[in-house]
Amino acid sequence: MRKRRLTACVAVPLAVGLLASGCGGGGSATEEGFISVNSTEPENPLVPANTTETGGGNVVDAMFTGLVGYDPETSEPYNEVAESIDTQDNKVFTIKLKPGWTFHDGSPVTANSFVKAWNYAAYAPNGQSTTSFFEQIQGYRDVSPADPDGDTGPQEPPQPTAQEMSGLRAVDDSTISVTLDAPFATWPTMLGYTAFSPMPESFFADPEAFEEHPVGNGPFKFESRQPNTDIKLVTNDQYAGQNKPQIRGVEFRIYNELETAYQDLVSGNLDFVDQVPPSALVGNKWRTDLQDRVVDKEMLSNNALQLPLYDPKLKDPRVRHALSMAIDRKQITDTVFEGSYLPATGWVPSGPIKGYEAGGCGQYCEYNPQEAKKLLDEAGGFNGPLTITSNADGGHKEWVEAICNQLNTNLGVQCAFNPVPTFAEFLKMHDENAHTGPFRFGWLGDYPAAETFLGKIYRTGASSNYMRYSSPEFDAAMSRADQAPSEEEGLRLYREAENILAKDMPSIPLWNQKAQSGYSDRISDVHVSFDRKLDLELVKLNP
Amino acid sequence: MGRYVLRRLLQLIPVFIGTTFIIYCLVWALPGDPFAGRCGDRPCPPAYIAEMTEKYNLNDPVYVQYFKYLWQLLQGDFGDTYSGLAVNELVGNAYPITIRLAIVALVIEAVIGIGAGILAGLRGRGFLDSLVFMSTLFLISLPVFVTGFVLQVLLGTEWGLIRPSVSSQATWGELIVPGLVLGSLSMAYVSRLMRTSMIENKRADYVRTATAKGLHPRRVVGVHLLRNSMIPVITFLGTDLGALMGGAIVTEGIFNIRGIGGLIYDAVLTKEGTTVTGIVTLLVLVYLLMNLLVDLLYAVLDPRIRYA
Repeated sequence: MRKRRLTACVAVPLAVGLLASGCGGGGSATEEGFISVNSTEPENPLVPANTTETGGGNVVDAMFTGLVGYDPETSEPYNEVAESIDTQDNKVFTIKLKPGWTFHDGSPVTANSFVKAWNYAAYAPNGQSTTSFFEQIQGYRDVSPADPDGDTGPQEPPQPTAQEMSGLRAVDDSTISVTLDAPFATWPTMLGYTAFSPMPESFFADPEAFEEHPVGNGPFKFESRQPNTDIKLVTNDQYAGQNKPQIRGVEFRIYNELETAYQDLVSGNLDFVDQVPPSALVGNKWRTDLQDRVVDKEMLSNNALQLPLYDPKLKDPRVRHALSMAIDRKQITDTVFEGSYLPATGWVPSGPIKGYEAGGCGQYCEYNPQEAKKLLDEAGGFNGPLTITSNADGGHKEWVEAICNQLNTNLGVQCAFNPVPTFAEFLKMHDENAHTGPFRFGWLGDYPAAETFLGKIYRTGASSNYMRYSSPEFDAAMSRADQAPSEEEGLRLYREAENILAKDMPSIPLWNQKAQSGYSDRISDVHVSFDRKLDLELVKLNP
Repeated sequence: MGRYVLRRLLQLIPVFIGTTFIIYCLVWALPGDPFAGRCGDRPCPPAYIAEMTEKYNLNDPVYVQYFKYLWQLLQGDFGDTYSGLAVNELVGNAYPITIRLAIVALVIEAVIGIGAGILAGLRGRGFLDSLVFMSTLFLISLPVFVTGFVLQVLLGTEWGLIRPSVSSQATWGELIVPGLVLGSLSMAYVSRLMRTSMIENKRADYVRTATAKGLHPRRVVGVHLLRNSMIPVITFLGTDLGALMGGAIVTEGIFNIRGIGGLIYDAVLTKEGTTVTGIVTLLVLVYLLMNLLVDLLYAVLDPRIRYA
């Protein structure tokens, strides 16, 4: 008997110890005057210069306002903190700031708040993920020197020779002067991207404390964060921007499954879902569920098959044209994607970019199997099997197989899907020029400009030019467009550059993504931006 | 007895070091750059990669990295995620919720499973037995995500009886349906185990003796038969609590419960090495302690079992 009591004495505390921590918890349902939106856990600290993904971007965007903002419908930039952005030659810019802007801690937003923030982001030893956004500014190479043997080489990049970019200067409290390396007409449009946000003095004094409680200058102030659960922001009454928020605050609720967020939306526990899950798109179920509370518009994102030009099988442009013309894009977007993508007619998704003319790819992106077969025969046919490579961890099998079927039927090419287990391995193949056939490429524009879909990808030696495409003609056309004296002229010249791509076909444009969002009957005035964010400044709660 | 417990606890040390080392190697020594996919289709700036590599000691050989990590772990620090959050804090937020969910599931599977098992075992080969057999077969053949989605859509979205997702508080009431989903599979096993164990022990000598002594049938079943039949069931329930803590990935995903399952799932997907190692280490500890607890409970049920 004694022994048994002893056993109980050991077993009971052990059990209690394991179970006791099961009590506690916190948080609450959506508060009065707040709206709730779905989100994912931020992958980096909530610092604008280190945030490139959606989960953190949603929150950082609501907390910071940059020099310019974008109209939610037309994506046209308008001045926010900037009073004016003047330039004579698209190389030297003089930016005047509006008075009256403050950070959430009460300190004023000055020219220095921008200059210091940009220098911090560009300075290589700070290791910020948006460093390359500052590469046009004069002196960028002094603060972030290029690696002599490429990113994957064994050598460490040299130490920076300067702490600050020579082309960036605060003239006085309300004037910034920026000199670029070369004329670049699109540059002011970039300034609405979160990496260009101003930062308060307190950030530079103690970045870690800032990460705990970020302080911005935007329409919403940081309230609380329960990691992996939710992030709450409250409206900033002192907000000096063009649109004052109509709600009391916003709760970013973190979901692992889009499906669950959607169920919550349908049953009224959540106010906004940025992307409807594929299962709800089947048979237009989402329109039945949500009736008119849906948003369905083209966004700034497209997909293409890049062609490794170092592969001898793909050397002949006629082969590349033939592959493109043998793909029936419309059939795949309708059947495989249930209409959540639109067939691409060029390399730039023209819908969200104001004034940009669609159709840069011309006849080469139109489905024409006879012509495709003819081109391929002229080029001497295709030797051997064709593989289309993609990472397998992102659900790409269905559409790749659909394309393969079409290539097989229309051109008689033996085509197969070549899955690579993870995205990281897929990227490694890019670096090592290891591709032996077309491979998937997706691009999400950070700011609404044609340049971001052309220059960063197709210029000789550009950071995402995994095709190793190099055309002096295209590079020259891009330089002309960058230096265009006016916006209209610039758009026309980018379109010209796109026509050179159509001739060379270094990649096959496939489709442009649509933002398909839904909202609850609690909110109205719903606008979704080109990067699929709910405009929190305009949204209203129904009375 | 005291020495037995002490010895078992001391055994935890090599097991702990061994498992954490294996996990650490599996997570960090994999080929491929853990930071490669972190900037989308754009290559990450080399400065960013260099900073992260430095922060997570990835330039060191694996065993040096591991000992640095272990040293940190012994000080009670599980390290930081890529987003600068302490893993301690993440786990501190998530564990209470998962434990609550696991308890709900365990209670449901114990009460319903043992109850059904006893009924089926006592009657034997009747309508009730067939009913339990059929329904457990049904539960075993249904994958958890099917049960989860069906209950979520029917009870939550269609009939509006429950919220389709669990709020951040995760109260006991909200966890009943997810707990039922999570516990359903084990519930079926528990009842089958209980039934078999009962039928076997019904023919045992001590039961016949007890009946022959003229004891009331309720006492024969309640004290003599049940207690011995419980031993395999307790073993199962004990290890199952460990499994429920780590294996709730699907259920937590469906009902958006912010517990350990979802955390580790996310961490694996985003290659958050520190979170994965930290949580798996904790799960190892839970398993070890639960096993110890189960071993100690044997003696309560069957006094003939002795510890040396």
